[in-house]
Amino acid sequence: MNCDDMRRLLDGYLDGELDPIRNLEIEDHVQECASCAQLLKSRQALSSAVSGSTLYYKAPERLRKQLQTSLRKAGKGPADRPLMIWRLAGIAAVLAVMVLVAWSLVRMLAFASPNDGLIEEVVASHVRSLQAQHLVDIVSSDHHTVKPWFDGKLDFSPPVVDLASQGFPLAGGRLDYLNNRPVAAVVYRHDKHVINVFIWPSNHTVTADPQTVNRQGFYVSFWEKGGMSYWVISDMNEQEQAQFIKLLRSQT
Amino acid sequence: MQKQNRRALFEQAVLPHLDSAYNLARWLTRNEQDAEDLVQEAYLRAFKFFDSFHGTDSRPWLLTIVRNTYYTWLQQKRVYEFVTPFDDELYTTGDESSDPEELMLRLADTELLRRALEELPGEFREAVVLRELEGLSYKEIAGITHVPLGTVMSRLARARKRLQQYLIGQKAKEL
Repeated sequence: MNCDDMRRLLDGYLDGELDPIRNLEIEDHVQECASCAQLLKSRQALSSAVSGSTLYYKAPERLRKQLQTSLRKAGKGPADRPLMIWRLAGIAAVLAVMVLVAWSLVRMLAFASPNDGLIEEVVASHVRSLQAQHLVDIVSSDHHTVKPWFDGKLDFSPPVVDLASQGFPLAGGRLDYLNNRPVAAVVYRHDKHVINVFIWPSNHTVTADPQTVNRQGFYVSFWEKGGMSYWVISDMNEQEQAQFIKLLRSQT
Repeated sequence: MQKQNRRALFEQAVLPHLDSAYNLARWLTRNEQDAEDLVQEAYLRAFKFFDSFHGTDSRPWLLTIVRNTYYTWLQQKRVYEFVTPFDDELYTTGDESSDPEELMLRLADTELLRRALEELPGEFREAVVLRELEGLSYKEIAGITHVPLGTVMSRLARARKRLQQYLIGQKAKEL
């Protein structure tokens, strides 16, 4: 092991993320190399100082109370996504819990398809696009501008439609990368929500019937139509997402 | 009756992680009021999507929602946090070991340490918070921040280098 390797693996070593063989190699190197030994010591000291409790912010007590109140209110109202199962069970709490667990398992199995990895990718792309200045590369609400922008950048022509009059104005477009290939990201807005529509030539990873799942607070919908795969992700509620999909499908 | 049970289940599984949620929110927003608002919103979303949580430890799941809510909120406010471009290898690696005694002194200064962490760009700051303050594994951090494991390690390495250099007075060249 040389000093360059050491510097590269230093943090993994400190965080206990390396395998035992690497650990030994590092420890051996550090015994022979004074400057790396010092580096390790300094880095360790830094890590310890930061992880000491002084920088940790505990939640103020009133926040805890406020949360319990707002959760109580949220719990009282009609459930946002009423599951038939809750109404049918109607009996002992234990039974309801068991049914919930089984239901979750069934849903999990139903979606433990080849798509799971792709769903994760889509969520990651969506979140990344929300970060600084990378939502769109072409800023325009005019589909006559956005659609041709993709020419020469992609080997297919994604459908870009105008849904502004129905409350979903176009924000623009950008290139993205999913499923090991470049894809079109057509971005719409709805009130304050951002909607990413990923489009690429169909490779039969999705069905013709739209499906919707939720993942980490986002609704993710996918289907194929007219030779294209469509993936829609946003933080709208389920009804708004369904409406958007219906409108999009009617025009593509 | 059932709705009360769902809330009770949620409170039992997720409310204990309030400190973690608030800590991450506070370090992301760098503002007490915003942190409280963010936590409120994240918890409501978590409650709404509780059915989609299948696991034993809800902390990483909750923190993912806090983080996602933060970036969604940033986008809505049209507030941009600058993502650091990749060429921050303007540091000379040789300077790292210089002045170890000075470093030790500075590390004892909590306020200096707090400022140093606050000054880190978002993706470095969150890596340090999740690793050092929340004690999460690289794998868990990778899941929360949607990046590969190698990226977690390299972000932590660069974050710690920057912290060290901030502490001993070699401030990062801002781009």
